[in-house]
Amino acid sequence: MKNEFQVIADLIEKDKKVLDVGCADGTLMKFLKENKNINIRGLEISKEKVQECIAKGLTVIEGNAEKDLKQFPDKSFDYVILSQTLQAFLNPELVLDELLRVGKKAIVTIPNFGYWKVRFHLLFKGTMPITKTLPDEWYNTPNLHMCTIKDFFHFVKSKDIKIFKSLALNDINTSIINDSNLGVKNLFADLGIFLIEQ
Amino acid sequence: MNTEKNIKTLIVKKPLKLDCGKTIKDFPIAYETYGSLNSKKDNAILVFHALTGDQFVTGINPVTNKEGWWSYAVGPNKAIDTNKYFVICSNVIGGCLGSYGPSHKGPDQKIFGTNFPVITINDMVNAQYNLLDHFGIDKLFSITGGSMGGMQVLQFISNFPDKSKTVIPIATTSSHSAQNIAFNELGRQAITADSNWKEGNYTSNDTNPGKGLAVARMAAHITYLSKKGLQEKFGRKLQEREDLKFGFDADFQIESYLRYQGSVFVDRFDANSYLYITRAMDYFDLAKQFNGNLSEAFINTKAKFFIISFTSDWLYPTQENKDIVIALNSIGADVGFVEIESDKGHDSFLLDVPDFLSALKNFLDKSYEEN
Repeated sequence: MKNEFQVIADLIEKDKKVLDVGCADGTLMKFLKENKNINIRGLEISKEKVQECIAKGLTVIEGNAEKDLKQFPDKSFDYVILSQTLQAFLNPELVLDELLRVGKKAIVTIPNFGYWKVRFHLLFKGTMPITKTLPDEWYNTPNLHMCTIKDFFHFVKSKDIKIFKSLALNDINTSIINDSNLGVKNLFADLGIFLIEQ
Repeated sequence: MNTEKNIKTLIVKKPLKLDCGKTIKDFPIAYETYGSLNSKKDNAILVFHALTGDQFVTGINPVTNKEGWWSYAVGPNKAIDTNKYFVICSNVIGGCLGSYGPSHKGPDQKIFGTNFPVITINDMVNAQYNLLDHFGIDKLFSITGGSMGGMQVLQFISNFPDKSKTVIPIATTSSHSAQNIAFNELGRQAITADSNWKEGNYTSNDTNPGKGLAVARMAAHITYLSKKGLQEKFGRKLQEREDLKFGFDADFQIESYLRYQGSVFVDRFDANSYLYITRAMDYFDLAKQFNGNLSEAFINTKAKFFIISFTSDWLYPTQENKDIVIALNSIGADVGFVEIESDKGHDSFLLDVPDFLSALKNFLDKSYEEN
């Protein structure tokens, strides 16, 4: 399991009720169910991935986060997870609001467009950056709203959303992001992980 | 058609008060089982059949000598694995394969015909509930069914919230739509317009309203398929002829196919049963039973739901299945949902649709492991 999932799992206490939005093949869901006794649900848009989740014995709903989160009552989950998907929505702000309505807390991870390799790629190659977390070409990427850790940090603060924890990930290294090191983390982290609450 | 020796019957002694106000007692429920009930009695699956189905889910139906209606899904090593599970299915009341219905005799020893009480989906499941007592099953492992079978699944878990561990409604709805009612009315009108129908008293004259019933089946059959599926299978292909005949014979293969579907149907189905069962479907509105709040129907159950729809099903479209998912999510129920890609229309649940069958199998087997 990738390090990102381990870091997310560490943020969640045992026996909680969790919704994984864009749960893909259910790897994280399965881990949380088996290791932390989490009452876990998934929402996934791809029919193939939904089938993979069912084959793992996971409860998953085929659906689109932009349309289908509204069926869940307010604060019906202890945590709602959104892993590396926010940037792919037509309206990320609306999805973020929904995550925070449905979940008591939300864990959002974003691929960092401010990562130095991304910046160098564009600066020196002059073509759209392709990295481990951004593997697609400009013409087939699902990403519509790329942002940096700094962008997300400011955005969340501007919406008066409480940040409990913000973590910077680079391969296997995890470190805490705060106001004073934001610039550095924005340069050296591949991925940002935020634990937030409205 | 009379092979009563092959039909297992439970006589329900307990009176059953029907929604129409009448009470029935000492009535038969015809059923069939597959696989075996384990010693813990925790492996039973109650399957509910659709409008024209019966208790013979799989294998050779001893009455029609054809494959059971859900042979693709039910059997040894299949999605509903009879090596593992004990499958029970019964003919709905109002039906015509052994369960109490309009072709039975009433207390006056005359065949009921339209004097049979109008029954509902609720009545059907309340009648079938007696099978649990009969087999000494405290809690079913699962209940499932497609189309009208799915309606029974929803009604059953609403009536008996702690009697099944898992619940699988397939290609169904919680409320029959105007379009659904319209198609059923078309079928009923075709039957009652047949001069042989005779206000439902045809059996005493031994002449069936076969033409009307065949037309009803033909119209309904179209609703079970998709436009794309029909076009791919038949297109404008002609039936055993080089050119159009400028007459009203079946020039096109699709015409011939529908006529065949109609003709084989009348051999196995009773016209009055068709009236009664379609009526039961039309009356089905689960939300209305709970003052318009569908969620209330499921508020007392802890069962695990898995809802399945099909992309090309326009009779019970995905949105109507999703409405059930939404009602369940709004009360925090354990519900999974998948829409299966298929161009086979509403009939997809009866056919060899691998993604559907594997989803059904995986859900059941994984849920059973957690038992």
